[in-house]
Amino acid sequence: MSETLIVSVEGQVGTFPVAAAFTAGGGVTALFGESGAGKTTLLKMIAGVTRPAKGRIAIRDHVLFDSARGIHLPPEQRRIGYVFQDARLFPHLSVKNNLTYARWAGRRSAGLSYDRVVALLGLEHLQPRAPALLSGGERQRVAIGRALLSNPALLLMDEPLSSLDHSRRQEILPFLETLRDETGLPILYVSHEIDEVARLADEIVLLQAGRVTASGPAEAIFSRLGSHDDAGALVTGVVTASDEAFGLTSLDIGGQRFQIAKLGFAAGTKLRLRIRARDVSIARALPQAISVRNILPAKISAISGNDGPDCDLTLDIGGQTIVARLTRKSASELALKQGEAVFALVKAASVDRGVLRG
Amino acid sequence: MLGETEWAIVLLSLRVALVAILVALPFAFVFAWILARFSFWGKSLLQALITMPLVIPPVVTGYLLLVWFGARGMLGGFLNDVFGLTFSFRWTGAALAAGVMAFPLLVRPMRLSIESLDRGLEEAARSLGAGRIVVFLTVTLPLLLPGILAGAVLGFAKALGEFGATITFVSNIPGETQTLSLAIYSLLQSPNGDVAALRLILVSVVISIVAVVASEWLQRRLSGGRA
Repeated sequence: MSETLIVSVEGQVGTFPVAAAFTAGGGVTALFGESGAGKTTLLKMIAGVTRPAKGRIAIRDHVLFDSARGIHLPPEQRRIGYVFQDARLFPHLSVKNNLTYARWAGRRSAGLSYDRVVALLGLEHLQPRAPALLSGGERQRVAIGRALLSNPALLLMDEPLSSLDHSRRQEILPFLETLRDETGLPILYVSHEIDEVARLADEIVLLQAGRVTASGPAEAIFSRLGSHDDAGALVTGVVTASDEAFGLTSLDIGGQRFQIAKLGFAAGTKLRLRIRARDVSIARALPQAISVRNILPAKISAISGNDGPDCDLTLDIGGQTIVARLTRKSASELALKQGEAVFALVKAASVDRGVLRG
Repeated sequence: MLGETEWAIVLLSLRVALVAILVALPFAFVFAWILARFSFWGKSLLQALITMPLVIPPVVTGYLLLVWFGARGMLGGFLNDVFGLTFSFRWTGAALAAGVMAFPLLVRPMRLSIESLDRGLEEAARSLGAGRIVVFLTVTLPLLLPGILAGAVLGFAKALGEFGATITFVSNIPGETQTLSLAIYSLLQSPNGDVAALRLILVSVVISIVAVVASEWLQRRLSGGRA
């Protein structure tokens, strides 16, 4: 993937030092880290709100900040759409005038047409309203639309769903997926919600205490994210068949058949599945008469965890990685070793899915 | 209902108060902005200076105005020579006294509304391509209007009722510097002036009430559905 955004900055906010370098490509790059890891600070530096002590920030050939050359463009000249945690709609303007603000106040010509953005985010009926009369989810949709209509070269989203409850999040996520798939706009998406990252990210930049500790394609980085309970992996498969009678969809994952308890995908659709480590079991021999629908030949590529009650096995399945969490006792009784062939057992009902572009 | 002289007094008072507020307002806004947005050495001193007219006796303020802005005062002489502006014993002097006395009341509500403005909105506006000045005109100022209006109404009421500094600075000259308050005072001093005084008192109360009601209505309109 081509490098769209290049960031290499050092700076200090209060007593908190940030020293981060990463690149982001076309799709969604998730900037993932705990609260206080410096995610928002980094976004502010990219947006031009905070000035780094030194470094360089560029979008393709367009240099936004370069301490060596003394370049520090003001925010209004950066062509960066910024979606904030709190929508920050202008309270004295109608939704429509908020959406068109970049055009009438910022003199920006829209890259996307107004009608298209309104349709994309389902804002038709909201246009005449005042922001105070919108729900949290509606407000955030308007904020996204407003940023899109400023003809940005890059979209920054700072935990846009964090102020919303679960059902509102589920309402907005499909809009974000559509946005990603239909506009092709590079998006830097800050989050500490592993579900959002699993669903949206093409690439992941992992930030810890102001430093980048890992970055790369989502599938490669994902198994390193999250708290103990959330740990897992992302795998990509292609839909091969649907079983309407039982509500199952079959996918091809690295040459293996994999079934999930969901429907509604056309054959040939690329799906990304999130498989939690704690939902994966291991068998030495092919089990008989068992309810688990997915039994995949796998190779143990790594075993981690030498103390504590459990350990994580990194498994290779037709070139893709999944993680299995076992008790250390089970691993010991089965005498599992790196490089050995085993079977990975995954219940069809336990898988989360996110749709990738077809 | 009101006689010719009484109308003249009312119109003079309105002119003095309006001119005082219109001239003082931009200056007050600048000071409110500086106090709200910047921190610098001597900030509390500046704040104390601005609050001064509120705490020192009005007669003292009037006396200081006389010293500085009188015909032979340092600033008075300068303004007279350069701009042809005379203050002593003129209605302009009454307006100056009213403006100075109302100044702290103008600054305070404006400062509070500037401080409580969500600066994130300005950040958002700039990310949408608007430069500083455009952001000020399209986001900051419209959102501050209710606060500015509140300050203006409070200041106007103060200017209308100003007494001590005015009478000390420009005396009590009918037709030139005799505003409502001064006229009421004079009438109460003279025998049989009670009835005439009562009429002016009623007028001043009505003006104040109209000003407050009008400002409430305007504030509701300005803040749209937000308030």
